[in-house]
Amino acid sequence: MDCSHVFEFKVKRLIVVFTLFLAFFSVTPAAFAQVDTAQVTEGSHAQPAAEKKFDIGKFALHHIADSHSWHVIGHTYIDLPVILYTKAGVVNFSSADFTTLEDGKVVRDDEAKVVVEQKGQRFVKMHEKIYYASDVANEHGQFVTLDEKHHATNARPLDLSMTKNVVTLFLSIIIILAVFLSVAKGYRTNKGKSPKGIQSWMEPIILFVRDDIAIPNLGHKYERFMPYLLTVFFFIWFNNMLGLVPFLPGGANLTGNIAVTMILALATFCLTVFNGNKYYWKHIFMPDVPWWMYVVMVPVELFGIFTKPIALMIRLFANITAGHILVLSLICLVFVFNSLYIAPISIAFAVFIGGIELLVAFIQAFIFTILSALFIGMAIDDHH
Amino acid sequence: MELLLPEFGLVIFQSIAFLLLMFLLAKFAWKPILAAIKEREKSIDEALSKAELAKQEMARLTSQNEELMKSARAERDLILKEAKTLKDSIINEAKTSAQTEGAKLIEKAKIEIENSKKAALAELKHQVSSLSLDIAERVLRNQLQDKATQQDLVANLLKDVELN
Repeated sequence: MDCSHVFEFKVKRLIVVFTLFLAFFSVTPAAFAQVDTAQVTEGSHAQPAAEKKFDIGKFALHHIADSHSWHVIGHTYIDLPVILYTKAGVVNFSSADFTTLEDGKVVRDDEAKVVVEQKGQRFVKMHEKIYYASDVANEHGQFVTLDEKHHATNARPLDLSMTKNVVTLFLSIIIILAVFLSVAKGYRTNKGKSPKGIQSWMEPIILFVRDDIAIPNLGHKYERFMPYLLTVFFFIWFNNMLGLVPFLPGGANLTGNIAVTMILALATFCLTVFNGNKYYWKHIFMPDVPWWMYVVMVPVELFGIFTKPIALMIRLFANITAGHILVLSLICLVFVFNSLYIAPISIAFAVFIGGIELLVAFIQAFIFTILSALFIGMAIDDHH
Repeated sequence: MELLLPEFGLVIFQSIAFLLLMFLLAKFAWKPILAAIKEREKSIDEALSKAELAKQEMARLTSQNEELMKSARAERDLILKEAKTLKDSIINEAKTSAQTEGAKLIEKAKIEIENSKKAALAELKHQVSSLSLDIAERVLRNQLQDKATQQDLVANLLKDVELN
């Protein structure tokens, strides 16, 4: 466990070094790039040059965010269904409705300019979020009211859409189930024999979770928590890997989404709280310190119950999101420099970071699982 | 900052999906897999301990065999030794008996020879005496043909008797 922390630290340091390296490059040429792009686009569109400049941050954030349609390649999109729970009940339509035809070309709207009417209600989509549309458009033709930070302030319906992340979630579950049901089948057919095929791929990892994560932290009571630890480990690992695949069926940033990591951390939190024995609660409410220290200790310990799962949530989210941003930024170097000659360098770095990301995918799954096991182990420990 | 705000829809779907996944995997994957692994580990442990026992049994048997071999060898040596002494004694006995028998035969032969010699000598004496008597008779017959000589002889003989 100690080694893993060191390792995580090393990987993070590498990421930091490369981010700094990237920052060094991206600051200075940005100005040139801006000029170049402005010159190129001046004639074709009447839009101001400042709007057309390549914004690496916006690009990366757009790619790691959730989306109502799945970009396949070029102008090809898979439009996913929109399901809303509104004041007038459930509303259901295709995200393809948020498009207009301009000069015979389909233009996809993400700036609240296209209004969809369903069941007497009007919806717009802005930055992949669905709002109740305003009655009249603002000066930019958007049917939303914006605050000073250009965020829409309109009310939102309850969005239960099949977004890219939701579809990926179901897809990953199908993949995980397919893999492990076939592994389980392998144990039935090769009963008492050595593992074969996919079974021999997964058995060392299952044993790793059992022998190096569960047993050292949970002791003899490990068997009760094995299903959770194994599920959380493989869910995170498979989705981390799936997130690294840049095309279908990958490409979604599921484990880098705070909602997903929040639910995973919440599961660990619930297991810790509901399995905590009297020693655990005594340690929190009546620690072995002089009574007048309780004023400080009890709030700190109580706070600690919540900070542990929150740290789990943030760690996984931040590591995976950072990795995605890094790879995207490296690829974007080509557009920042506005030169094809930079492509070999940016691809070389992207491949290198991609290799590290493969490692991070495993390490983050490992860390989330081992820390979950550690927190549960602290809660169920008999001897204090 | 938008990245840090969980979307309600995904929260709902993730909760349902994760719980469902855990339930399905726990029931249909983890339970049989972990049970099978545990069973196999148990059987491997058992096989190992059995092998250890077999090894000990083997060692015991080997040492026993060695002991048997040792005693058998000792017995063989003993038997060989006995046979050798027996052989020696038989040879010795045969030798002594042959010697005594030989000595006896020689003794017998000697006596026989002695007897034969004695008989031969007696025969010889007898023949010599008869022959000399014969000769003496013939000589006397020859010499006593005239009277003077006979008187001489009788006188000589009487002379000798007187001397004695």
